[in-house]
Amino acid sequence: MEFSNTHLDALENQSIYILREAYRKFKRLAMLWSVGKDSSVMLWLLRKAFFGHVPIPCVHVDTSYKLPEMIAFRDRLAKEWGINLIVGQNRAVLDRGETFPNGRITRVECCSFLKRDALQAIIEEKDYEAVIVGIRRDEEGTRAKERYFSPRDKNFEWNFKDQPPELWDQFKTDFDPGTHIRVHPLLHWTEVNVWEYIDRENIPVVDLYFSKHGMRYRSLGCAPCTKPVQSRARTVPEIIAELRNTKTGERSTRAQDQEAEDAFERLRASGYM
Amino acid sequence: MSTPEAKSNPGAHALRIVIVGHVDHGKSTLVGRLLHDTGSLPDGKFEQIQVVCRRRGMPFEWAFLLDALQAERDQNITIDVSQIWFRSATRSYVIIDAPGHKEFLKNMVTGAADADAALLLIAANEGVQEQSKRHAYLLSMLGVSQVIVLINKMDLVDYSESVYLRIEADYREFLAKLGIQPLRFIPIAARDGMNLTEPLNDVAKWYSGPTLLRALDELTPPDPEAEGPLRFAVQDVYRFDERRIVAGRIESGTIRVGDDIVFSPNNKTSSVASIERWNAPVRDSASAGESIGIMLTEQIFVERGHIGSLDTQTPIETNRFRARIFWMGTRPLSTGRRYTVKLLTQEVECQLVSVDRVIDATSLDTVSGLRLSVARNEVAEVTIQSRSSLVMDNHDKVAASGRFVIVDDQNVAGGGIIFGGHYVNRGRVRSTNIFWSEGTIDHQTRVERNGHRGMVVWLTGLPGSGKSTLARALETNLFNRHMQAYVLDGDNIRHGLNSNLGFSAEDRVENIRRVAEVAKLMADSGLIVITSFISPYRLDRARAREVILSADVEFIEAYVAAPLHVCEQRDPKKLYKRARAGEIKNFTGIDDPYEVPENPEITIHTDRESVKECLERLLDFLIPRLQLDVAEYEI
Ligand SMILES: Nc1nc2c(ncn2[C@@H]2O[C@H](COP(=O)(O)OP(=O)(O)OP(=O)(O)O)[C@@H](O)[C@H]2O)c(=O)[nH]1
Ligand SMILES: [Mg+2]
Repeated sequence: MEFSNTHLDALENQSIYILREAYRKFKRLAMLWSVGKDSSVMLWLLRKAFFGHVPIPCVHVDTSYKLPEMIAFRDRLAKEWGINLIVGQNRAVLDRGETFPNGRITRVECCSFLKRDALQAIIEEKDYEAVIVGIRRDEEGTRAKERYFSPRDKNFEWNFKDQPPELWDQFKTDFDPGTHIRVHPLLHWTEVNVWEYIDRENIPVVDLYFSKHGMRYRSLGCAPCTKPVQSRARTVPEIIAELRNTKTGERSTRAQDQEAEDAFERLRASGYM
Repeated sequence: MSTPEAKSNPGAHALRIVIVGHVDHGKSTLVGRLLHDTGSLPDGKFEQIQVVCRRRGMPFEWAFLLDALQAERDQNITIDVSQIWFRSATRSYVIIDAPGHKEFLKNMVTGAADADAALLLIAANEGVQEQSKRHAYLLSMLGVSQVIVLINKMDLVDYSESVYLRIEADYREFLAKLGIQPLRFIPIAARDGMNLTEPLNDVAKWYSGPTLLRALDELTPPDPEAEGPLRFAVQDVYRFDERRIVAGRIESGTIRVGDDIVFSPNNKTSSVASIERWNAPVRDSASAGESIGIMLTEQIFVERGHIGSLDTQTPIETNRFRARIFWMGTRPLSTGRRYTVKLLTQEVECQLVSVDRVIDATSLDTVSGLRLSVARNEVAEVTIQSRSSLVMDNHDKVAASGRFVIVDDQNVAGGGIIFGGHYVNRGRVRSTNIFWSEGTIDHQTRVERNGHRGMVVWLTGLPGSGKSTLARALETNLFNRHMQAYVLDGDNIRHGLNSNLGFSAEDRVENIRRVAEVAKLMADSGLIVITSFISPYRLDRARAREVILSADVEFIEAYVAAPLHVCEQRDPKKLYKRARAGEIKNFTGIDDPYEVPENPEITIHTDRESVKECLERLLDFLIPRLQLDVAEYEI
């Protein structure tokens, strides 16, 4: 059966609008490239918005625990699409070995060191006014409350109790020095939408998403904290069919979210993506 | 949605539903329960909330499925909007759970502005409350017209029909005053899942309407505004390669290759050579909602903020307009402060001219007394003046270009919708109808007789900067265009009206005050008044502006700029020479300051251009503002 996909056009048009607003408003703008499916879609949307070009740098925060396939995929795409790739890493912590599971710290602390701190360092170093991040509202509760243009203060913190109003596609684009804005062009997409779009547009994604030996990754994070799920889906349409019927949460394979009731909220409030 | 295929089409646009109403009336509970009852919760989510509630030593709380923040759970209140997805058998929905507390109105607005339809919740045991009304008012302003009213917590009133009917009657009457016709009233008990997906049956035999879920499926998806007048909002102009692409979004209407497009506000025209998209099927048209790029046949000047339209249906272009606004800022919206209006991709500095009416959103009465400001959470009708022309529509003609936000010191602090603007057909020549009036002669009547607006053009600048020359040249030019213009300057004011004033600081202030008052009267009578005074102090000019604006007449501060040494060289009346010799005291530029205008409507550099060029520049700016909206037309 042929499905109409005008809804994908609507999602795409809105994301393009947001990307163009961000590009116009912020001189020092970068995209956060996690190398997952959402990032792939975001890169594609950048090329849609800018007629084939990727006019901003893409920052990959490398925890060193990413699956090797992801790094290979990243480097291949960067080359093929002419992407200005910037890799950030929290070397100090890695050198001291303060990571999960061997460094006797919790998963959440590990995320905070390797991702949040590394991101903060690179934003400070490059003096970015805004970074584009591919989070979606359907991922979890605090992201469901996010804005398209979401300010972070001098301490990198998200003041989720007092967010700027956002209406009629008028966004917060003025802010004090030292603070920055997170731009979220995929906020209104769902996980299924992302796959439907990958299917329609033929967007390359890492092989890890497809089933091998009855297992596939649904969400890609660091090796120690991300587990594959049981699945027979070996093609994009099979993934879409699987997701339309599943009742398992997307991030349920991300162990760091499960540590405490408010583990993820605290991580995000402190500036995590 | 007629065929079974279409019914289960997961690709259809998700309908966006906002849940609003007074604090604690059960909005989040409803959403949580609805997700559960339709099997939309991910596995383990329900159990997770069970654990959380047990740990907190409280009964199961459905609202926690939405209220994800600790602060929300601790206080049992929603702080910020959540958006969550769910599917019925018929289609997908995005449910937007808004907070009910007055403190978080800006978050409610954020959620509701995005919605196709609204569920207004009222707890049966409390009835219609303050936010039940304020939220309804805001919905009507935000343009959410599909509304279903849910009377919740029916369990607390024993499913009493009379309680239900009383609340329905109450609320219907209020909503009618807002022009809202609710599609339905539905009794529910959200916490117990009553009448959400399963009918009430025995507990309320008197109710024969649909369940909530059925009612949701009856809602109609929004119409894309592809049929409206074309409005193409330019976001940017790109030159990533050899192409010069004008990028933007179609806000209303349809654009086609070959169309002649007028770009306002400077009204240059070119036709569409191609419509650009990347990695998409080639189509030679684009409609409302599409983010596209276009290439033009001529390289006219186009930039962000310009609005493209067809010349038969051009938008309003003005720097003064009336709007109905709501204010969310912590600091009141007040006259005398500078704000930025953002309307589509335009951003212009503006001032509040007057607060014409403050409306009590809960009684819909006009709040009495003269007001110079609008406080937080108030709604009002106001007049706004912007520094330069804004391109807009009346909200009831084209919603997307009929609404704007007001930024106060970095923050979006208010929103508004435009009404009462006049359309001018730029293509048509002014008709020569004879105007006959029998009623009272007001400003508008005079303006229509004259065929142009009244206005004050306030020239300011150093002695010798060229004010008088320019003033006379302008007066002559306007006169030759059959426009009524008159120059006020030292010659005709100092020697008569102000002959009792000298050059002390006080007298200078009084001098300008009288000039402003006279100019106001003359402009009100329909004349174009050109004042030619040094008027060196910002404060005095600001006061003059206020006096003129109070008569609803446009005030144009025109800075006639030339460096001091140039003015001194010109020295037409040999005054600089005398001042240098100490014969004149307090001479502006020598021993008295000239405060350069910070934000004049226009600056004319008389040292860089000839008188003729200066005059043309001034005319280019003034003529469109003087022209009359004669040929009004409907779009
Ligand atoms: N008896 C009864 N209680 C209900 C019902 N629906 C909700 N409640 C209770 O009302 C209280 C408030 O519910 P919420 O869902 O948090 O209310 P809300 O409208 O979302 O509140 P805010 O978002 O803070 O404005 C909770 O304790 C619910 O359990 C109902 O149908 N019957
Ligand atoms: Mg709530």
